[in-house]
Amino acid sequence: MKILIVGGGMGGTILANNLARRLASELKSGKARITMLSASERHFYQPGLLYLAFGRVTPDELYRDQASLLEPGIGFFVDPVETFLLDENQVKTKSGRTFDYDILAIATGSRPVPELIPGLVENSETFYTEESALKMFKRLRAFEGGRVVIAVGVPHKCPMAPLEITFMLHDYFKDRGILDKVKLHYTYPIGRVHSLENVAKWAAPEMTRLGITYETLFNIKEVDGKAKVVRSEEGTEAAFDLLVSIPAHRGMEVIEKNKLGAGGFIPTHRHQLNMEGRKNVFVLGDTTNLPISKAGSTAHFEAEALGENIAAMVKLGAPVRDYDGKVFCFIEAGKDRATYAMFDYQNPPDPKPPTKAIHWFKMAYNKLYWTSARGLL
Amino acid sequence: MAEHKVIDARGSFCPGPLMELIAGMKLSQVGDELEVLSTDKGSANDIPEWIHKVGHDFLGAREEAGVWHITVRKAK
Repeated sequence: MKILIVGGGMGGTILANNLARRLASELKSGKARITMLSASERHFYQPGLLYLAFGRVTPDELYRDQASLLEPGIGFFVDPVETFLLDENQVKTKSGRTFDYDILAIATGSRPVPELIPGLVENSETFYTEESALKMFKRLRAFEGGRVVIAVGVPHKCPMAPLEITFMLHDYFKDRGILDKVKLHYTYPIGRVHSLENVAKWAAPEMTRLGITYETLFNIKEVDGKAKVVRSEEGTEAAFDLLVSIPAHRGMEVIEKNKLGAGGFIPTHRHQLNMEGRKNVFVLGDTTNLPISKAGSTAHFEAEALGENIAAMVKLGAPVRDYDGKVFCFIEAGKDRATYAMFDYQNPPDPKPPTKAIHWFKMAYNKLYWTSARGLL
Repeated sequence: MAEHKVIDARGSFCPGPLMELIAGMKLSQVGDELEVLSTDKGSANDIPEWIHKVGHDFLGAREEAGVWHITVRKAK
């Protein structure tokens, strides 16, 4: 049984390691083979970018060699896929090689696309790439006061990021002693300050308490750099001195080019995680079109369900469980306090008041992540 | 040629049915119809509110076995 995993991010890596443990004897006997194809030799801890924007971590802390994270027995190639030949159970890579598979897992992730909004790239700061987070860090260091607007694109990776960056900006300016010269204004695409109703019920009064104004039903249409205003699809506008954006995301170009899914997001069964119409092709993480958070924890829980199912397909001939839509997200509520939201397809979250303990647990998890990637935590 | 697309947002607490619709609109052409499936009864109010505010067309909403079917058309 040849298992091919395309993508070396959080989902693909946890899946590969989970499978390697479950199929240790099959790998040893040659009954099963696991191969991973990735676009990079390095593994990047994306949630760390939020802290990089404030200078609280350095870039080197966010990387590990991908090969060092993988269980022995997993074949690893830095050779991104360019063509998916699903009818032939094959992929073709950038180097020209062809890889066959019996089971394929696609975990290629998503990418920010600020360029789709006129003026956004030139006139806003963001933190979704190493380069942009470093640029934002330098801009924040030099910022001496004015109106700061947070604007949010759809869909976006990490649904807590708009709230987190807002509360962290508040504490950052407070610590720098310039909060009295800063006016924070938060905007959000739907009719409350967060998708999760219970999170919104906590966050809105918290913003009011901190002197942060907010505006809902605000979808970014364009940014006018000369007038220093961001305009919304809804016909409103917000003036800024510093615009911080959560850019909209799309799936990877290779998914769109191969016509696997609109916007680079592959139609996926919500419980079995197979690509619609394909029994031996599975999708996880940001690559799915599922109506759940594009977040590392989603990829993590999907990878665990898929690992169990694919191993069962090898050992028993059929999958054994459903993915239940489980997501767990920390929510930084400032520089030193946090809460969390845990939910699935059936149960909404019930976030508790933020505490320092949960913040420090998040700080610890930023280090523990590497054990998660290895499939140990 | 206009398409009829179904956005299955049942059980979606985050990002939620309206956010899924907004994302779907970005990938659609003018004239496309989008039918949102939602298990959140609030969608029957907040989706039409956004549609009217932005200037798309609201085509109707109905409930079947606990699932709301809310249909809109991209107008611009």
